[in-house]
Amino acid sequence: MSGEPCGLFEYGHRACGGCAAALAARTILDAAGKDTIVVSATGCMEVFSTPYPETAWKVPWIHSLFENNSAVASGIVASLKKQGRKEKVIALGGDGATFDIGILCLSGAFERGHDFVYICYDNEAYMNTGIQRSGATPYDANTTTSPAGKCSTGNRRPKKDLPMILAAHGAPYVATASIAYLPDLKKKVEKALQTEGPCYLQVHAPCCTGWGFEGEKTMAIGKLAIETGLWVNYEMENGKVTRVKKVVRKPVEAYLKEQRRFRHLFKPSRNEAEIAKIQAVADRNAERFGIDIKLKK
Amino acid sequence: MMEFMEGSHAVAHAVKFCRPEVIAAYPITPQTHIVEALAEMVANCHLDAEYITVESEFSALSACLGASAAGSRVYSATTSQGLALMFEVCFNCAGMRMPVVMSIVNRAMGAPLSIWNDQQDSISLRDSGWLQFYAEDNQEATDLHYLAYKVAEDKNVLLPAFVCFDGFILSHTYEPVDTLTQEQADSYLPRYAPVHRLDSDNPISFGLFASPDYYMEFRYQIDQAMKDAAKHIAKAGKEFGEMFGRDYSDMVEAYRMEDADFAIVAMGSICGTVKDAIDEMRKDGKKVGLLKLRTFRPFPEKEVRSALSGVSRVAVLDKNISLGAKGAVALEVKDALYGSGIPVLDYIIALGGRDVRKKDIRAVVEMAGKGKGDLFYGLRQELLQ
Repeated sequence: MSGEPCGLFEYGHRACGGCAAALAARTILDAAGKDTIVVSATGCMEVFSTPYPETAWKVPWIHSLFENNSAVASGIVASLKKQGRKEKVIALGGDGATFDIGILCLSGAFERGHDFVYICYDNEAYMNTGIQRSGATPYDANTTTSPAGKCSTGNRRPKKDLPMILAAHGAPYVATASIAYLPDLKKKVEKALQTEGPCYLQVHAPCCTGWGFEGEKTMAIGKLAIETGLWVNYEMENGKVTRVKKVVRKPVEAYLKEQRRFRHLFKPSRNEAEIAKIQAVADRNAERFGIDIKLKK
Repeated sequence: MMEFMEGSHAVAHAVKFCRPEVIAAYPITPQTHIVEALAEMVANCHLDAEYITVESEFSALSACLGASAAGSRVYSATTSQGLALMFEVCFNCAGMRMPVVMSIVNRAMGAPLSIWNDQQDSISLRDSGWLQFYAEDNQEATDLHYLAYKVAEDKNVLLPAFVCFDGFILSHTYEPVDTLTQEQADSYLPRYAPVHRLDSDNPISFGLFASPDYYMEFRYQIDQAMKDAAKHIAKAGKEFGEMFGRDYSDMVEAYRMEDADFAIVAMGSICGTVKDAIDEMRKDGKKVGLLKLRTFRPFPEKEVRSALSGVSRVAVLDKNISLGAKGAVALEVKDALYGSGIPVLDYIIALGGRDVRKKDIRAVVEMAGKGKGDLFYGLRQELLQ
């Protein structure tokens, strides 16, 4: 039954304790139901869920390469159409597969208008290969290829605005979500699947191993990202923002200081200038999406 | 029915009669006429297929892989740089046992940029697990597509296949071609019945990752399937011959080899020129024959050894070069003849579209007679000063 946990993503897989991506996969399949074909990109989720001869997927599932899940999905959608079959198609990829190496295939598939849903589990770096920066890594995050050091405060570039790029392709439904708000994620998956045409969902998926926090704090970290305005949950329909999660904002420091990837901003001494730059990112998000709840005095 | 057609259009018509359900392709010279013709057929409802106009060759083959996994017969066509862009997906199609059939309109690899013919592109994918067929003329180019689907989709094979034919020399040349009817094609090639497919009623996982405890056995099985394909090619080729009069049961074709003392080994359109040159040389009393390879993967090792067993010398014409070693065909022929003592001389020839005429074939035979070989034939020495 749609919306009820139906266990289509089997437990016993090999994700880290506290893995948000695994939680996302389970929730996505809870929402999608059994008549769904999943196309995974190479990455953490693919590796931890399908070590031969085992699989955690109780729906038809295929993995081909790192960067081609959108193109493989295009072929599947075309084949199903030709056969008159009604299964839904979901392409799943991490941020490296989605923002960087797979963006050509993603752009092509969206431009052609195939009826499928692309879901990016965004853990903001290449986690499967050992925490290297991607186009989704936020400003100043310490990764193994954007290390903080004497001459660096970590990742030098802000996160690429991929939802807007896909909205510009004419996607009928583009949304962001977070594993910290699972009912919301579920609703968005359902909505994306019900919408005809290529839909994009970007799910914030905190990575305890890569970001440096204890596994039991995954949900709390996800919540803090939203509460500080560094991640905004919103929906766009036909290019217009139609719904935004509003918050009483906390300073970004509340989010940053919980994670090892931002530790260099606080130790050995506070880097006020850099923390202010990250606060400015949150402030811009707040202004752009109107997320602030004004408290009555 | 005999029709006077451009090679690309003859191939497109054969592909249409193979009833691909999903086509994904990207334009590249000299392949483009095929996919244009197919697009026109789809646009006019002469071909009932989903046609995906992808944004790159990489996506073309990826989409074919997906559609094949979902249970459809698929088709793509490419050449040269396009095939190189597909490199990663090629290995994947074979590893996942997807019977994709793809036309390779052979063209040189850059740099320097060249749109003209040689066979470096498909030869460079020789280790990828695709069956490789090479056509001498447009009749073979069309017929081999039926054969390729038949063999690739055989449940004992399940491997993807290249049908290779020389860019421009065949693709853009008008020749009479005996075309099948749809009914004839259907009687030879039934609808695709996948063994496994993505299906929510029977969910299975494709493309898992394999630890060192499992990986080698997968590779072994692909290699076995490739080697076993030889007998399925023989069967499918024989059946084609019985139905339509053109027998493809042999992976090689011997021309005037019965009493030959000297053999030329070649693949593709150059074989036509070689045959004419041999006819002339025979008039001069030279006992020269041709061994044409129609299949390069699986490599017809036994057939080559048997066909060449009676000759005293072999010249291989390679339209490719494994830089730093030799031409790929010569390497295989030497391997097949190992221990026989028959000298094999290699001639890298016709790279990047350089023309080859009968006089060049005669020159090669003369050089080989003097033991002069393992060289690039026809270099312009003035450019190398």
